[in-house]
Amino acid sequence: MVPKVDTSFERHDLTDEQLVALLRTMVAHRTLESRGFQLNRQGKIPFASAGEGHEAVQAGAAMAFRRGVDVLVPYYRDLGLDIGIGVTAYEILLSLFGRAADHSAGRQFPHHYASRKLGLYSISSVIAAQLPHAVGAAYAMKLRGEERAVLTTCGDGATSEGEWHESMNFAAIHRLPVVVLCENNEWAISTPLSKQMAQPDIYKRAEGYGMPGVLVDGMDPVACYAAVKTALDRARSGGGPALVEAKCYRFLAHTTDDDDRTYRSRDEVAERRKRDPVPLFERTLIENGVMTADDVEALKRSVLDETNEATDRAEAMPYPKPEDLYTNVYSANFQPWQ
Amino acid sequence: MTTTMAKTDIKTGKLERYGLTDDKLRALLRNMLLQRQLDNRGFQLNRQGKVPFALGSEGHEALQAGAAMAFERGKDILAPYYRDLGLCLGIGLSPYEILLSIFARAADHNGGRQFPNHYSSKQAGLMSFSSILAAHIPHAVGAAYAIKYRGEQGRAVLVTSGDGTTSEGEWHESMNFAAIHELPMVMLVENNEWAISTPLDKQMAQPEIWKRAAGYGMPGRRFNGFDPIETYGAVKEAMDRARSGGGPSIVEGTCYRYLAHSTDDNDMTYRTKEVVQERRKNDPVPRFEALLVEYGVMSERDVEAMRKDVLRETNDATDRAEAMPYPQPSDLYTHVYEGAWEPWQ
Amino acid sequence: MAVSSSATSTVMNNVEAVRATLYEALKSDDRTVILGEDVGARGNVFLITKDFINEFGPQRIIDTPIAEASIVGIAVGMAMEGLRPIAEIQFADFIYPSFNQIVGEAAKTRYRSNGEYTCPLVIRTPYGGGVRGALSHSVSIEALFYHVPGLKIVAPAFPADVKGLLNAAIDDPDPVLFLEHKKTYRLIKGEVPDGHYTIPLGKANLLKEGTQLTVVSYGLYVHWALEAAQKLQEEGLSVEVIDLRSIRPMDKGTILRSVEKTRKLLIVHEDNKFGGIGAEISAMVAEEALFHLDAPIRRLCAPDVPAMGYALPLEEEYMSSPGEMAEAMRELVRF
Ligand SMILES: Cc1ncc(C[n+]2csc(CCOP(=O)(O)OP(=O)(O)O)c2C)c(N)n1
Ligand SMILES: Cc1ncc(C[n+]2csc(CCOP(=O)(O)OP(=O)(O)O)c2C)c(N)n1
Ligand SMILES: [Mg+2]
Ligand SMILES: [Mg+2]
Repeated sequence: MVPKVDTSFERHDLTDEQLVALLRTMVAHRTLESRGFQLNRQGKIPFASAGEGHEAVQAGAAMAFRRGVDVLVPYYRDLGLDIGIGVTAYEILLSLFGRAADHSAGRQFPHHYASRKLGLYSISSVIAAQLPHAVGAAYAMKLRGEERAVLTTCGDGATSEGEWHESMNFAAIHRLPVVVLCENNEWAISTPLSKQMAQPDIYKRAEGYGMPGVLVDGMDPVACYAAVKTALDRARSGGGPALVEAKCYRFLAHTTDDDDRTYRSRDEVAERRKRDPVPLFERTLIENGVMTADDVEALKRSVLDETNEATDRAEAMPYPKPEDLYTNVYSANFQPWQ
Repeated sequence: MTTTMAKTDIKTGKLERYGLTDDKLRALLRNMLLQRQLDNRGFQLNRQGKVPFALGSEGHEALQAGAAMAFERGKDILAPYYRDLGLCLGIGLSPYEILLSIFARAADHNGGRQFPNHYSSKQAGLMSFSSILAAHIPHAVGAAYAIKYRGEQGRAVLVTSGDGTTSEGEWHESMNFAAIHELPMVMLVENNEWAISTPLDKQMAQPEIWKRAAGYGMPGRRFNGFDPIETYGAVKEAMDRARSGGGPSIVEGTCYRYLAHSTDDNDMTYRTKEVVQERRKNDPVPRFEALLVEYGVMSERDVEAMRKDVLRETNDATDRAEAMPYPQPSDLYTHVYEGAWEPWQ
Repeated sequence: MAVSSSATSTVMNNVEAVRATLYEALKSDDRTVILGEDVGARGNVFLITKDFINEFGPQRIIDTPIAEASIVGIAVGMAMEGLRPIAEIQFADFIYPSFNQIVGEAAKTRYRSNGEYTCPLVIRTPYGGGVRGALSHSVSIEALFYHVPGLKIVAPAFPADVKGLLNAAIDDPDPVLFLEHKKTYRLIKGEVPDGHYTIPLGKANLLKEGTQLTVVSYGLYVHWALEAAQKLQEEGLSVEVIDLRSIRPMDKGTILRSVEKTRKLLIVHEDNKFGGIGAEISAMVAEEALFHLDAPIRRLCAPDVPAMGYALPLEEEYMSSPGEMAEAMRELVRF
């Protein structure tokens, strides 16, 4: 189901600079992801995944995130969110190459960043396992009486996990400052939404838990910004949790290991490409006089230059050493037989 | 929350009986009386030091008697939880079988392996379950899938849980799957407002479990679980829908847990006597007795005779079960796998 | 042990062997259903069930929501109600949410109902590393489950064993955890007898005879241990290699007979050492054959860290190579 195209431009409280920043995040997201796929095809890295189609929701949500205040507990498809809250192109390339200087020192899969400084939590690849962590972090904030909130995200498929349910319920009982942003791209690898749940609107589950549920067009970055901002503002000021569902689409295969032609038609994907959020938002900004076409081109060039430079720098960095396998298992050196 | 017998209110002057004959109404009452008697017996035996553990379902009698009457013996499957003594009685277990389980005798269905109230009987369509909350709900879904897959008409699975159990991940995963595949299953939630010492408002932010149904894309409904007739009507409607291809639903019966969670619990550490006494005013057992007398289904003497008969049956069953032998020590080793077994071969 | 109904055979890799066996199971028994994530149109992430959905329909090839506890739990209910479900956990790393249903429910159903309800169920899952799977696509899980009475565990290494053991698992009246090493999926090819046959659970396979040392392993490392043993053969050292194939039950006779002959034992596995399968084998041999031993039992296993990392050096450091295995064998032979 295709959300309706909204032709009226509603910028909410965003300045021109912020609108340009939104586009920059979206373009950087797309460029860095293409880079991952290129490097994989060149045989330089074993794996990459992509969020094409998620650029708008992630850029918008990242802009609603308060750096230095909020906490982000993302999932593996959140490259754009990570960029939007401050992860650099170089850090992303370090992770893709699995280099020692990477945040996890080359331990984690690509796109599993973590940074205490940015308020970005460490996640595994295990679906929905991050949601209880987000709820626990929000509990800590509430207990200490802080005006902060947790933004956590998940895919549509993740809502089927028991941990998703348990997290939603607990967040609602304790009115915790947490916003669950579900990026509904209608697919979970090869499983379509209709096999994931019997009714297609995830936000409708919120009522059953006793929290607000919000639906937003995930192809519209400004709308996503506004929806997530409202929810985060409410959460920070004691209004409790919310579930925000952004309807978007996954344009590419699940990862470099997947071939989506086995389970969905090219026509479907082509049809959904018509609402590709990146060119759509470029056009919106140009038509509304926020940027010129030349500005957009310049922005893209600058992102590409940055990506190229980051690729070269990261590739030149060393791998972790074999002995790095043994550190940080426990707080100190450890032997199971003592 | 008010807990009146709404549909059977004497003031309306008419008894909504969902087609239940006088015989069926009396059977409902007998089940309720038997539940209470057997529950008491478990607690008595525990105080006498004869059994280590008992679990009561006082307050659930109407709900369980009504739901059991909507179960079609020989066709449907019941996947109950540990507080479902009355449901299991209602689908055909005898007081003797209940007491075998309480005494953990060899002749018990489980050979004395399980806790009391964890019955199973393939013949009765009663699935084996553990004490692990919500673990049985996916099993019910699997059984419903099998029924649908084989194209068996007119069968459905009735699965039950407490209010607290709805917080488990497996509860959620099960509801979602049942809805996707439109399975012949009814999720009956016995909302007694407590999960051991945890009140409903610490279990969920909004107290109406049936409202979760919409989020899964299935019908949900709430009914007064203190009213056995209304319960029967609600559960029957849901089971009929499930049996005829209409898919699953969540039905929530409101009731109350009058006793402590089990013989190992002291509920006065977390709730007051006054609160419980207040709720006792709506005790479904005397109210249903009064209702049947009021409507001329039974006389007071009939009721009295039924109570005596229930007590006699319970006493007989107690004596017979107690006289039965325990399992042998060697019974510990059987049924780990099919056949004899050694991990080192 | 393979009881083949036909003298002909076909060369397959392990993916093809799993696929062919599942296909036959679906063909021959309509109580068989497969449920798991992406087993339908996608045909499983390794293409094991590719096109099954077209032939057997979505009622039998069930694309589940992402909910592992219920994948196993629903399979338990299906089994209790007379179907023969084969549940798939997409990667062994994602089996943890279903721990309760495997350990607390499936393994106890027969016991708790005193035999009235049973749980004939197969849970298949790809495990193991060497594929750059990082922390969440590379783990070994067997040690977490082999402690559990009521459960059986199989971990074959060769295509012919995959077929015979998977058939046995499907026929088995009890729950079986069937572990497929994902690195062997396409790497390992071999002759697979045509027609239906089973290999009994709990029977190890003596792959290579030798006189100076017994090496016991399972899964991917069987192949590497064999490679190492062959290298040692060229050096004039004689090593016997046993492929366990089944982890629970485990074959005592084959191990003891071999150890009594070679008088030395090396256990090699990819899972970490502490509390691993090797610990149980060591204890059994110590209890039953201590005075036959001429050297301490040795175990070559993964280090005590949670998992292998993504970067290549971290993965290589975690895993044992055929070279390291050869070195451990030499040391023990010379002891
Ligand atoms: C617990 C668990 N089960 C299965 C997987 C394998 N897996 C990885 S991504 C994925 C699909 C997730 O779909 P969704 O939540 O919609 O997110 P999307 O990838 O569409 O953004 C699956 C099944 C996993 N990582 N973790
Ligand atoms: C998985 C699991 N967690 C905890 C328990 C311990 N426990 C037994 S009963 C119970 C409360 C259940 O409450 P509810 O579902 O409302 O059922 P009720 O007892 O009120 O009928 C708890 C926490 C358990 N048996 N299983
Ligand atoms: Mg998705
Ligand atoms: Mg309760």
